[in-house]
Amino acid sequence: MRYVLRRIGFYLVTVWAAVTINFFIPRLMPGNPVDIMVSKLSANGGLVNPGTVASLRAQFGMGANTSLLSQYFQYWDQLFHGNLGKSIGQYPATVVSVIGQHLPWTIGLIGSAVVIAFIVGTVIGTYSAWRRGTWLDSALPVSAFLQALPYFWLGLVAVQVFALNLGWFPRDLGGSTLGASTTMSWSFVGDASYHALLPAITIVLTSLSGWMVGQRNMMITTLDQDYVLVAQAKGVSPRRVMWLYAARNAILPQFASFAVALGLVVSGSLVVELVFNYPGIGTLLLNAVGNEDYTLMQGIFLVITLTVLAANFLADIAYVILDPRARQEA
Amino acid sequence: MAVNATLNAPEAEPVTVTQAGGRKFWSVLTRSKWVTVGLAIFVLYVIMAIIGPMIAPYDPQGQDYTAVMQPPSPAHWLGTTQLGQDVLSQLLVGFGPTLELGFLAGVIATALSIIIGVSSGYYAGSAGEGLSLLSNVFLVIPQLPLLVVIYALDPKASLWVYAVALAALGWAWGARVLRAQTIALANQDFVLAAKASGEPAWRIILFEILPNELPVLATSFVFTVIGAIGSYVALSFVGLVNLSSQNWGVMLYYAFNAQAVSENAWWWYVPPGIAVAIILLGLVMLNFGIDEFINPRLKAAGISRKQMKAASLNPGVTPVVRRVRDTAPAGGPAGAETVRSARRTK
Repeated sequence: MRYVLRRIGFYLVTVWAAVTINFFIPRLMPGNPVDIMVSKLSANGGLVNPGTVASLRAQFGMGANTSLLSQYFQYWDQLFHGNLGKSIGQYPATVVSVIGQHLPWTIGLIGSAVVIAFIVGTVIGTYSAWRRGTWLDSALPVSAFLQALPYFWLGLVAVQVFALNLGWFPRDLGGSTLGASTTMSWSFVGDASYHALLPAITIVLTSLSGWMVGQRNMMITTLDQDYVLVAQAKGVSPRRVMWLYAARNAILPQFASFAVALGLVVSGSLVVELVFNYPGIGTLLLNAVGNEDYTLMQGIFLVITLTVLAANFLADIAYVILDPRARQEA
Repeated sequence: MAVNATLNAPEAEPVTVTQAGGRKFWSVLTRSKWVTVGLAIFVLYVIMAIIGPMIAPYDPQGQDYTAVMQPPSPAHWLGTTQLGQDVLSQLLVGFGPTLELGFLAGVIATALSIIIGVSSGYYAGSAGEGLSLLSNVFLVIPQLPLLVVIYALDPKASLWVYAVALAALGWAWGARVLRAQTIALANQDFVLAAKASGEPAWRIILFEILPNELPVLATSFVFTVIGAIGSYVALSFVGLVNLSSQNWGVMLYYAFNAQAVSENAWWWYVPPGIAVAIILLGLVMLNFGIDEFINPRLKAAGISRKQMKAASLNPGVTPVVRRVRDTAPAGGPAGAETVRSARRTK
């Protein structure tokens, strides 16, 4: 339990750091963000009067007479009320609602791709360590090659070959031909899954090898442990030795390294979305940068960071469940 | 890019202290097949970076409207772009910036991870804990969104700015691994002896601890270079760098935005992707080689079945049991001991 509390403490500190970085982002930007917003708004045909400017300042926590510190507290206050301001590019939609439309797509795609890559990579890694010295060793150079490919580039080639030339996957790309506003129905889920298949395969293929190599290396170390030898000598079935004796211990560092891997996978996958014209957070972020939509950018940073932190927390919980030592450490 | 081949091994491994330090590391490394191939690729790229701009047949930016979107031909070995630029020439001038960025980011990040990682491991207590917390925070915060800020700040930022930024966001993994190694080393006899004889802390760190961390340092350097090159190519591809600069990611940006995929202009976007993949592959292989040094069991794992049979060793599937039955039908501890000693000789 102490372990869990320590981790919760760590995540609280990290969330605080992330929110603070996020607070400073628009303040680092060249020029006054409020001025940029006002010019954007009027260019988009929005009605701009002194009242709008004042409310924008207030919204952004940049009132004329407020110190940086009070702006900072105001920012936290807004955050706790679930208020991330309004998008400039898609005024007057709120940042929360814009992100809300795109986030499910990204979580569906990247979330399932990460889970599949983790499971498949770990299973292959376990087998290739168990049967080392056989043809399975060739999985190592193959995975090194896949690992070296840029995610988005493999995506480009996949679109060209499988979607355009062979026609196995939808040519129109995007999230679904039925449109994002469609209500949940089986035909929608089917169509969305069909569209998500090629980007998901791309992400799985390029991120698989990290898990695989990690698991293989740890398996080889655990297989040399005396307790594995004893289990084999006792006549425990090979399958049981492999999964419940060796793999169960070898998998622990995989959870520990989840944090690093996840950050990299998410960064890579956000770019993959662009290639597949996928209506997720990655595409939204790149559009926001193009539009100088700072409020939206800021909101997306925050959401991505918090999501990654939440996933890491889940990995930590899984670690506690798998490793009794973490539970007993009191 | 997801490059975490070496994530697991170093931290979990006991420290291998070798008095010869660097020399042994180097001599073992050069015998590894992974390192041979990886180094060969790296050297080839360095040569290309030097001679690339000289042997480029055309001006990489020069436009020729009489030859637009041409597939490969004797005049243009890798075809032309939508503006009639020679793809081969663009590819050739791309070697330099890629290596320069990776190397710079790697050096800066490694320096940061040494300073933060080693000192957080050496100085126990709240200072060390604080630095460790700092690196863990940097480890979980996703990089890409923060890198976007650089472009927003200065769309014409130079390669150096990106190298520094990538290093500033990429040092944490190395620092964490170095911290773990340093904590283990700080209680070794030779370090305690140096402390007792009154050597100053900086001397102990530089001459007693760091030489023994060379392999870990090397993986973390290579790991950072891989990450930096991958991130920079991705950033360029989405158009978040100075687009008048020459690099493979920018080539991919223009190709993608000129609909090279739907136009089936594979000669435009396939070569830069392969070029990135090969250097990253070389670096991943270098890391595999260093991993084998850090964890020698991995090398034993590479011995093929035939070789093992020749040496009358068991490949480790179920054979322990079979072997025990073969040699000592009674089984028991004696049999197990035989197998164990046989395994040790690997």
